[in-house]
Amino acid sequence: MGFAPIPKAPREGHAAPNLDDYDRVSATFRWDEAERALEHQPGGGLNIAHEAVTRHARGARAQQVAIRWLGKDGLGADAPPGARVELTYADLERESARFANALAALGVAPGDRVFGLCPRVPELYVAAFGALRHRAVFSPLFSAFGPDPIAQRLELGDARVLVTTERLYRRKIEPIRDRLPALAHVVVIGDRREPSGAPTPTSTPGTLDWRALVGDASDTHAIPETDPETPALLHFTSGTTGTPKGALHVHRAVLTHHVTGSLALDLHPGDVYWCTADPGWVTGTSYGIVAPLTNGVTMLIDEADFDVARWYRILAEEKVQVWYTAPTAIRMLMRAGLEPLAGADLSALRFLASVGEPLNPEAVVWSHAAFGAPFHDNWWQTETGGIMVANYASMEVRPGSMGRPLPGIEAAIVEVLDDGRVKVIDAPDTEGQLALRAGWPSMFRAYVNAEERYRKCFARDEAGDEWYLSGDLSRRDADGYYWFVGRADDVIKSAGHLIGPFEVESVLVEHPAVVEAAVIGKPDEVAGDLIKAFVVLHRGHEGTSELVKELLGFARARLGPAATPREIDVVQGLPKTRSGKIMRRLLRARELGLPEGDTSTLEEDVGGAKKESDS
Amino acid sequence: MTQDEIIALLRERLDEIVPGAAASLGEDDDLRDELDLDSMDFLKLVRGVHEQLKVDIPETDYGKLGTLRAFAEYVAART
Repeated sequence: MGFAPIPKAPREGHAAPNLDDYDRVSATFRWDEAERALEHQPGGGLNIAHEAVTRHARGARAQQVAIRWLGKDGLGADAPPGARVELTYADLERESARFANALAALGVAPGDRVFGLCPRVPELYVAAFGALRHRAVFSPLFSAFGPDPIAQRLELGDARVLVTTERLYRRKIEPIRDRLPALAHVVVIGDRREPSGAPTPTSTPGTLDWRALVGDASDTHAIPETDPETPALLHFTSGTTGTPKGALHVHRAVLTHHVTGSLALDLHPGDVYWCTADPGWVTGTSYGIVAPLTNGVTMLIDEADFDVARWYRILAEEKVQVWYTAPTAIRMLMRAGLEPLAGADLSALRFLASVGEPLNPEAVVWSHAAFGAPFHDNWWQTETGGIMVANYASMEVRPGSMGRPLPGIEAAIVEVLDDGRVKVIDAPDTEGQLALRAGWPSMFRAYVNAEERYRKCFARDEAGDEWYLSGDLSRRDADGYYWFVGRADDVIKSAGHLIGPFEVESVLVEHPAVVEAAVIGKPDEVAGDLIKAFVVLHRGHEGTSELVKELLGFARARLGPAATPREIDVVQGLPKTRSGKIMRRLLRARELGLPEGDTSTLEEDVGGAKKESDS
Repeated sequence: MTQDEIIALLRERLDEIVPGAAASLGEDDDLRDELDLDSMDFLKLVRGVHEQLKVDIPETDYGKLGTLRAFAEYVAART
């Protein structure tokens, strides 16, 4: 409250928004018409690599830089040779052709899964497009995961090929390789770069060297005709219980990628665009690999992690026009204040967007003052494949709102009824679950090997129409803007990443001292939520600070920084329902000092999460 | 405080964040790479040093603190 809407007016010296009038475009938008913006293959097929790379490599953009990679030392005019690599669309065509041919030579079949576990290096992008050309399924993993989540995802995803780096192989793959008998080939990229920008050759036993592999392959490759429903991308996400879920997307998703890149991110051909998300998360793939290139932009890739001074240098020196980042980073920039911005020429910056978790209104207002243009929050999920609800360049921003549904996307607030059907709630300002009318092009087509979990994501209304249930509670105001309220389940959003509590709990109980564990999200001013664990110890173990430290280290070594608890409390017992389910919600309410709500199903004889030190 | 004392203190702080891993860290190793530190970890490290030594470290200087040696030199110049 108290945050005034931010009106929009044409900005002098900047290109006019692609979406000039939300209401008009929404009223007339049709997916079949939008599809004409794609080229398609000669035989009518649809392949992501063709739309993102090949069509430009054969057209007017062949010599335009598609990817400008900034290595850790790659900033400024005096960057050492090799620390900065540029790939034109024509280069990317040739390099991805090589990798596709190399996959064929290895006997990798269409439909096989090719995984990436890489820092943001140029080869990751080449591998992605090479796999897509070959009609293999590409699945990028976040390199800040530890060996346990990595092994689990490679197993669940039935990985046949893995592309990684020397360092990551040594640390995270070698220890788990014997758990992965189906993993036929591991391709290793050298850790350093030669002055040419090529990675150094590697010679790790049991692996293939990237340079040798692609160097021997032909740089011409005709993409086989691809049925639009062919599986293309596999992204893992988390639920409250059970194993991670592998959401499978098909080549038709490129239609959503392309349209949303244009309408929601306002990408104009030739723009310099920077998506700071890692491809290990869906944002870094849909909007860090595919959408920018189908829209013909020059995309920046920064190998380094977040750093205030570095980021402002990149924005200024590279003349970034469109910038897509996340609330955690924005809040860190806010903490640093306006001083680091003094003297930085950010006049090229035209459009700023944010995703990952709701962007707090303070950050929207701050960015408007700091950059002359506000961050535009948008909402989507791994399962949706692309942006579904957004704030647009031409539309008034209401700070704190995720905006309005994309043209072509029908969103609603629904109530899930006892019989499993849903009721669409038309009244404004009513809380319910955010749902999307099923059938948009980038809708996930499966959770791999989990048909039942997939079906549970969908429900029909009284009219028989099918809806995808997002699990996010929201409300819609009278003008059609959506506002995030909370999650309908116990998954944790930490630094914009979805973490399943069960995955973390499972690792904690592997420690010999731990009998039970429960994990919640604890609010943090920067990260949104930090992972906090409550553990119950076996008899004979004491909850000393040494043990807590040992548990923190134990969890981190297995889960990696992205999924590890930052705080662990030793407790006497965990609150449970009569059926034995841990009530994480109650733990969270207690942690935050909130009302505990309905506890009538609470098991009576097990005490609450009382800290040992209190008892 | 000497350079060595500061490095010892940094190791202690890092041991809180990545228990067990900081002892074998070389003075010129890349902190983020070697210990798999993310931005939240780094923030915690800097806050810890600030509280203990009362050194102000503006966010824009975080990039200068990539190794134990570089971090210690930075701090030594300001204490």
